[in-house]
Order: sequence, then C-alpha cells, then structure tokens
Amino acid sequence: MKQNQSREELVKGIWRDNPVFAQVLGMCPMLAVTNSAINAVAMGMATFFVLVGSSFLVSTFRHLIPKQVRISCFIIIIATFVTIADYTLLAVVPALHKELGAFIPLIVANCLILGRQEAFASRHPTKLAVLDAVGMASGFLLALLSLGAVREILGDGALFGIRLFGENFEPWVIMILPPGGFLTLGVILLFFNWFKTKKDEFLEDVAAAQRSEG
Amino acid sequence: MDNLLWIFISALLVNNFVLAYFLGLCPFLGVSNSLETSARLGLATTFVMLVTAVCAWLLNTYVLVYAPYLRLICFIVVIASTVQFIEMLIKKLSPALFRAMGIFLPLITTNCAILGLAIFATNRGYGFWEGIVYALGAGIGFTLALVLLAGLREESELSDIPKLIQGTAMNLIIAGILSMAFMGFAGLFSHT
Repeated sequence: MKQNQSREELVKGIWRDNPVFAQVLGMCPMLAVTNSAINAVAMGMATFFVLVGSSFLVSTFRHLIPKQVRISCFIIIIATFVTIADYTLLAVVPALHKELGAFIPLIVANCLILGRQEAFASRHPTKLAVLDAVGMASGFLLALLSLGAVREILGDGALFGIRLFGENFEPWVIMILPPGGFLTLGVILLFFNWFKTKKDEFLEDVAAAQRSEG
Repeated sequence: MDNLLWIFISALLVNNFVLAYFLGLCPFLGVSNSLETSARLGLATTFVMLVTAVCAWLLNTYVLVYAPYLRLICFIVVIASTVQFIEMLIKKLSPALFRAMGIFLPLITTNCAILGLAIFATNRGYGFWEGIVYALGAGIGFTLALVLLAGLREESELSDIPKLIQGTAMNLIIAGILSMAFMGFAGLFSHT
C-alpha cells in the first residue's frame, strides 16, 4: 500500500496530471523558451531544480510556517532557489544563460511551482512531496522538450543543432517565432484531448460489454 | 522625446507582452471569456505595472546597487506589499474604483507580466520616465490583447465548433493567429 502510494505520486505528474497538457499551468516559460530543444531542456532542468528544492524545504518546515503568511513564505523560498539556479547557469553555461535571458528569473512566477507548494508540499510528508515534485517536474520537462523539438524540427530543420534534412529543406520560420509557440501548443493540446476522449470511450465500451455479459 | 515614443509603441505593439513575450498568459487564457471582465483586468494590470515601474526604479537606484543578488526577492516582496497597501487605500478612499478592479489586484501581483516588466526595465537600464512610459505601453498592450481575444471568444460561443477543440486548444490557436497579425507591426520602425 505504502509502496503503491509513493509510486502513484511519482508517476501521476508525467502523464495523467501532466502540468502542461492536463492542467495548463506554467505556460509563460513554456512557450517563451521552446524555440529550440536545447533551450527547452535548460529551462526544464532549472525548473526541476527549483521545484524539487522548494518542495523539499516547504514540506520539511510545513509545521513551522504560519498559515496566514504561507504564500509569502513559499515565494521567498522559491525566489531563493531561482536565484541560485540563475547564478549557477550564468557561471556554468553563460551562452545559454544569455539566450534564456529574463526568463530564468521569471521561473519564480511559474504558477506550477507555487501551485504544487500550496496544493501538495505544504500538506504532505517530505518523502511524498519530493516524489510528487520529481514527477511534476519530469512531466514539465517532457512537455517542454516535446514542444521545443517540434518547433526546432519544423522551424529550423534541426534537432539539438544537428541538421536533419538535406540542403533543399525550406525552414518553416514561423514555428520558431512567437505565433508558432501558440499554434504548436494548441495542436498538441488538441491531440491530448482527442486521446483522452478516445480512452474514455474505450473504457465505457469495455464497461458496457462487461455489464451485458454479466 | 522620440525615445519615449519609441519605447511606448514598442511595448504596445511590436513587443506586445502577451503576443510576443508570452507573459501573463494565465489571466490571458483564464479570464478572457467576457469583454467587460477583461477590460477591467487590463485596467488593473496597467495600474499595477505603473506601481511596479516606480518600485523597480526606487529599488534599482537606492537598494540594489549594494546587493544585486537580492534583486528577485526584493522585487517580489516590495511589489506585492505595495500593491496590497494600495488595495487597502483604494478600498477606503473610493469603493466604486475598488469594485471595478479591486478583486483583480491580489490575483495579478505575482503575475509573470508584472515581474517581467520589472526585470526587462532593469536589464535595459531605463530611467524613471522611461520606466513609466514602458509600463504604460506594456499595460495598454496587455489590455489590447486581452480585449481582442475576449471579443473573438464571445463571437465563437455562437458558432458551431467541434467539441474536441473547444477550450484551451482553440484559445491558443486564436492567440497564435493574433500573434501572427501583431508580427506585422515589426516593420513599423526601420531601426532595430
């Protein structure tokens, strides 16, 4: 039972409750940095670090944080981790940091992170909170990567900077410009909805068949 | 003078916060189902942006020169508490104004468009008046995008749309087309 619950908290964020596709959270950084796969991965890793770190701290200190000022406390904890991530990226990969620009500090305003602290980490023991954060952050990374990969392949004809097509490929430039972000995410959400509807229909059919048999 | 005008137009149309920088998308997608609500939210956001510009300028000039690593925490704490304070002030002084935009104020204090404004203005080294004009342009641009989307959404409620695409998927595609239209403004100024 215990084992099952831990695994459940870890896995749910990756597909069923995926923060982007199912809950539509954290859109701003999601669309702004996914014009290439490498930017998407860097953003995803930074968010991963911030989410796991702040979930760990918030759930460890959840009995010490006064209820009335909890949101402010969460934000200060998150902002601290974001500052660490910002300066680390600046020191380790300055070129990437320059490309992501103002969007690293803006992780602090990502509603996904604050949402997880409020809805989960402040109410659960440390171990579960960290597992939940790892799951959610992986789901977010996955979503960023899929969007970044699609946009880079269509808009630049490359993936992680490696050319995929021959010389004759005419890049679909609009995909790496802002409108492409909105359009790609819209189409991906459409597929996600379609898949969910089909699955629900299938489950209903199975249930109906079982009922008629019984 | 030319410079101020350029900052205003750039924030309003060419580099629209929502449609070119993807900032403030949560209220953009969440609240844009009626024209009136989105106009009021836009007004409240513009107001908070002006407050933010003043706060950011004060912090940058008097505090952050001594401790640049506190930038993020300072911005958030100072902006959030100033907005909270002004909210109480408006509630006392003008109940009518409070009803028009009061309920939105706490919602938008930690919005990424607000924080983004403070960070962009800092990175570009804007002075006091430049910051104010930038905030004004960004706020009106945000309102413009919100009202445009709300109008389109109200219109789409009367049309026969497949059930699958209703909701966020369609809003994103509409936003994509709007964003493409706004790209047309990129040629408005010849210098980069």
